Amino acid sequence: MEIDTVLISRLLTAMTLGFHIIFATLGVGVPLMISIAEFIGIKKNDPHYKMLARRWARGFVITVAVGVVTGTAIGLQLSLVWPNFMQVAGNVISLPLFMEVFAFFFEAIFIGIYLYTWDRFKNEYIHWLFSLPIIIGGGLSAVFITTVNAFMNTPDGFAVEDGAFTAVNPLAAMLNPATPTKVFHVLSSAYLTCAAILAAITAFMILKKKMTVYYKKALKLTLTLVFIFSVVTIIAGDSSAKFLAEHQPEKLAAAEWHFETEEGADLILFGWLNDAHEVIGEIRIPNFLSFLAYADFNAEVTGLEETPEEYWPPLWVHYMFDLMVTIGFFLPAVALLYFILSKLKKRNQHNKGMLSLIVLMGPLAMLAIEFGWVYAEEGRQPWIIRGYMTVQEAATSSPYIGLAFFLFLALYIVLGTLCIITLRKVFRDNPAEEELEKQYPSVEKDDES
Amino acid sequence: MMSYEIIGISVLWIFLYGYMIVASIDFGAGFFAFYAKYTRQDHVINQLIARYLSPVWEVTNVFFVFFFVGIVGFFPDTAYYYGSALLIPGSIAIILLAIRGSFYAFENYGSKQSMVYTFLYGATGLLIPASLSVALTLSEGGFITEENGVVSLEYLELFTSPLSWSIVALAIVSVLFISAVFLTFYADRAKDYPALNLVRNFALFWSTPTIIAALTTFIFLSQHNPRHYENMLDLWWVFGLSVGFFMIAAWLIYWRRNYGLAFISVMLQYFFAFFGYGIGHYPYILDPFITVYDSATHESMGIALVVAFIGGLLLLIPSLLLLMKLFLFDAEYVKGKK
Repeated sequence: MEIDTVLISRLLTAMTLGFHIIFATLGVGVPLMISIAEFIGIKKNDPHYKMLARRWARGFVITVAVGVVTGTAIGLQLSLVWPNFMQVAGNVISLPLFMEVFAFFFEAIFIGIYLYTWDRFKNEYIHWLFSLPIIIGGGLSAVFITTVNAFMNTPDGFAVEDGAFTAVNPLAAMLNPATPTKVFHVLSSAYLTCAAILAAITAFMILKKKMTVYYKKALKLTLTLVFIFSVVTIIAGDSSAKFLAEHQPEKLAAAEWHFETEEGADLILFGWLNDAHEVIGEIRIPNFLSFLAYADFNAEVTGLEETPEEYWPPLWVHYMFDLMVTIGFFLPAVALLYFILSKLKKRNQHNKGMLSLIVLMGPLAMLAIEFGWVYAEEGRQPWIIRGYMTVQEAATSSPYIGLAFFLFLALYIVLGTLCIITLRKVFRDNPAEEELEKQYPSVEKDDES
Repeated sequence: MMSYEIIGISVLWIFLYGYMIVASIDFGAGFFAFYAKYTRQDHVINQLIARYLSPVWEVTNVFFVFFFVGIVGFFPDTAYYYGSALLIPGSIAIILLAIRGSFYAFENYGSKQSMVYTFLYGATGLLIPASLSVALTLSEGGFITEENGVVSLEYLELFTSPLSWSIVALAIVSVLFISAVFLTFYADRAKDYPALNLVRNFALFWSTPTIIAALTTFIFLSQHNPRHYENMLDLWWVFGLSVGFFMIAAWLIYWRRNYGLAFISVMLQYFFAFFGYGIGHYPYILDPFITVYDSATHESMGIALVVAFIGGLLLLIPSLLLLMKLFLFDAEYVKGKK
């Protein structure tokens, strides 16, 4: 019975987080895109970009509402589902949790101000300035909450005496070894994903309707951002891998099915395992894992055999890792292809194939976020605080956890469905062309492509 | 030098009070919006309510998050006891909050006027205070047991207790009263006289049950937790002040005078009642398992939290003032001209 409670607790948390990170990612990244569009619009005095900012903001507010309520759910669920974990770890990590709430508070205040003060100030830059605290607040929330997750991976800043945490140093706990790479990777991938999703929506609208100057500008802007942020994300991912090799070798080894410690380790893409833990049908890139881990093709990479088998993460995290990385390279490739086509005179960068690839980028980018988080979280099993507390010891003992699971499942189905319906309604009832004409009557009508 | 435990619990109590005021306005407004729509008076007040709520509902939500993150941070044992016992009531409260917050956004930003949404919005406005007030009832002790490391909530005890029902009743009528007084003030600022008449009637109507519910809660508390009751009797003057401010508020509203002062009086009425109640509860956070002292976090963390708190306030107070200046005290916005 006890194992069941733990399993359901894990599933409930996975479901809540899996649902929340969709909206959390949008909440962190979209404000930056809105702000960039509005800034370009004011700077160039170009109504197209200003309209872009307005319309993105209108969709954003619906998703941010879902983000707020699911975020509240997680905050409470931490104590409800993992009371033993919070009782122990609360002593060490409550500072970043508290600071995260402040950042969220700051963001919430300015979202209210930003959304209700369009056209309220003569100087357009004043309204634009209100977007900055939203970006900062959203970014800082992500930073603080990521430090908590980093702590669970590489706990630091305390001593243990008779099973209790003592000599607590809150700052050292926050700035644990995993924090820098995790924060870097979380932020860059959130910005990348939001740019990719906005590009995908734009491409989808072009496919469905037709090309106008408005969409053309939106596509070029978002794809430029996709390219920039995917380069940054690749750097972040690389530094994360180097961090893992150093501090959490069993996680990297599980991702790469790297069982024996060896020099010049190969990188393994996809494939599967047989019963004897031999890899079959993989794509093997010689010595590349050593390079990924230590920037040296002959470096020694720690294998899973160094970790007792009862502390191995599940080996299927390999697929999560591979899928995340594959998408991570697919996104800049698409953006690059678009820009190459637009430089070639004879080619049309707005052909159906190209646009379909861009549409594909959006959902793939979000999936990569999910895969990455599943890898990060499952790769730490069986620990909730690595090396100190297992998930088994942390879960609630309440017999009602199964009921809670189904209550929340129903909630997320309802919220997800209504969110999509509402978003579609907002944009379908109010096409960009009409709104442009209404808001900026002076804009020349141009729908050439 | 005050100990960090006392600073911590005081700060959290102030935030809970803040949440009680801003959330009451929000919850009550949701109910009034539904009631007005149901009785076909929505054209009178719903514009007014939307104008106030749209920019601030998210901020209201943060007050709540702040409180529960703060209490777990300062007093990690609360996570263990309350977290274990409240799995189901807490989950229901989260779900109600989620429905309420997101439906508000779907309706108001998504331009979908739907009676179902308004109904859910209004109904959750009364159910949330009821479900959250369960935590207050639990803190009085007698509803949570711990055996062999398993904490459980005695549901039968809880549902048959007159104290828990009187706290629920008090929470609901207070929400309606606080909200109605605020909306009276806001309607007056907007110079929206039909709305003013409507919400003023709500305020007058809900003033009597508020006092009755407060009295019955007092009586049932004396039976359930004599220690707490005795402590509160020692603080009789605090509760006297609370009643005094209630009478000032009722008098002002009845004679149609200075609604701003009336709302401040209501805030003070609840401030004194809330702090009298809280100080009487001291030193227990959960009778008899958790006290302010034996459950507090490590000193280094306690100090770090207080420092973070001061830094956070330096950032928040100017921001909140700006928000209020733009949406609460800007007469043109309140009148709907911006």
